[in-house]
Amino acid sequence: MTAIATRPDTGQRGTTTPPARRRDSERLFNRVALGTLIALALLWLVPLAWALATSVRPAQEVVTNPTGWFTAHPTLDAYGEIFDAGKLPYWYANSFITSILTTVLTVIMASLAAFALSQTRFRLRRAAFVMLLAGIMIPGQVLMIPQFLALQSAGLLNTYWGVVLPQVPNVVAVFVFKQFFDGIPRELIDAARADGAGWLRTYWQIVMPISRPAVSAVTIFVFVGVWNNFLWPLLVVTDPEMMTLPVGLTSVQDVFGVPYAQLMASAVLGAIPLLAVFALFQRRIVEGIAGTGLK
Amino acid sequence: MATTTAPSSTSSRRDRWAGPGMLLPFALFYLVFLVGPLIYTVVAGFFETSLLKSGLGDFAGLSNYSAVLGDAEFWRTLRNTLWFTVLTTVPLVLLSLVLALFADRFVRGRWFIRFAFFAPFVLPSAVVSLLFMFIYADQLGLAQEVVKWFGVDTPPSWLGDPDWAMISIAAATVWWTIGFNFVLYLAGLQDVPREVHEAAAIDGAGPWQRIRHVVVPMLGRTTTLVTVLQVIASLKVFDQIYMMTSGGPDGSTRPSLQLIYDTGFVEGRVGYASTVSLLLFLVILFVSLVWFALVRRAEKEN
Repeated sequence: MTAIATRPDTGQRGTTTPPARRRDSERLFNRVALGTLIALALLWLVPLAWALATSVRPAQEVVTNPTGWFTAHPTLDAYGEIFDAGKLPYWYANSFITSILTTVLTVIMASLAAFALSQTRFRLRRAAFVMLLAGIMIPGQVLMIPQFLALQSAGLLNTYWGVVLPQVPNVVAVFVFKQFFDGIPRELIDAARADGAGWLRTYWQIVMPISRPAVSAVTIFVFVGVWNNFLWPLLVVTDPEMMTLPVGLTSVQDVFGVPYAQLMASAVLGAIPLLAVFALFQRRIVEGIAGTGLK
Repeated sequence: MATTTAPSSTSSRRDRWAGPGMLLPFALFYLVFLVGPLIYTVVAGFFETSLLKSGLGDFAGLSNYSAVLGDAEFWRTLRNTLWFTVLTTVPLVLLSLVLALFADRFVRGRWFIRFAFFAPFVLPSAVVSLLFMFIYADQLGLAQEVVKWFGVDTPPSWLGDPDWAMISIAAATVWWTIGFNFVLYLAGLQDVPREVHEAAAIDGAGPWQRIRHVVVPMLGRTTTLVTVLQVIASLKVFDQIYMMTSGGPDGSTRPSLQLIYDTGFVEGRVGYASTVSLLLFLVILFVSLVWFALVRRAEKEN
């Protein structure tokens, strides 16, 4: 969908020469709009910029002048101290492992289920679909106690599986896939079936390769969601070497007390991976949200 | 799976099980981690279940319900949650609408606008909380400094004053999540046909009138979607409050989800916490159902 980038400027739409007064009001409006947008966009970047600026200031300077922006002696000391004191490499690795595991499992299972609901015919298919639909209204956080008890009795606390498994049944992912599969021409499936391909083969060799937009949308959302999840890993992980990045970062506070350069350095380090993902896939992420409205 | 042409009887039998078979892995996870826990929550609410003892514990009848409903702290956390929902939903809907309406007029530089508003949305809540604890810090935070520029001599303690704490957290939340609604509105604006704009312009409508009388009414469905998703998300608030104030000062920001967390995991009163969970679930369910009803009606009207 390139519409966002190629859409013509609405301010210049009047191709028939408009009356002068209207052109003026058009121009005034554009000026107000642009001014507001730029002012707010800059305001929105202040916290990020300030964190970055503070993280490279020497510790004494932050103490004497906490709200200063610039330093004559930029230093990466705060970053070094974070790496030495915390378990940052572990947290990065744990976040990557749990996010990737969850994403792969979710994409496979949700797409399989969506394919069954969209393309195959069986009794109770509609009932299964309605039951899934109801699942969208169950707020996962409300179920944390029984989920925790189940994992505890299965001996999965402080393990990757403990973080991963409860996040796999992502109903929204099924809906994104189903919506996409519903749009695939029936003839394509029928042709594959007529050639003797089984359902599983039709799914894997015909449908999945042409469903890249849905796969990438779900991949990005599940990945970002799991990476940023705080409450669940907070519950199931107590071992510092098993913590994910968001949970680990909050323990930095306890380690350091108040040194703000370190706090901001850890905030920057926590922000970098996802900001990089976002910069790379900005279009996909934005379109994925727009297309599905998931949160 | 066999790819050679099988006799039709076995192939139709295989057909019949293909769908359920492919649904099964997801369905198992769904049952184990969503349906099962939901049933457990309903059941545990009727027992004196404790985290310290295995099993459901003694049957309690409706005593958990009467305890929760008679607990001033339950009502206070619910009030805090609703207050947070109001404080975030109003600006997150109105401001994102205005921003999207403005941004829709420009193509050049749009990536910058989108980046500025959307980048915070991908940050982990832990990072957002660290950032804003620094910004809101007493004496040395940016927020107090800025207010002093405007002539306020004694700025409030943003996170330490019970009157300000929730507002401060809500402001940070608006900063963090507005990009999502902004993008939804941008997408909604794509569906407003150019001809509508042009026709209104030819009729002599200025940009303000076109927005008020033509574009905003056409965004009705998007507004419903944005509002309800926002309300549901806000009712589940936990992370940033837990990290920035732990529910304080003096319980003034403690949300319902934290009451569940504290009574369930810290005090181990699972039965009580389950009852609170179920009541919060019912509130969210109610909002979701109202949303479905609204969407249904909007679809019929179209």
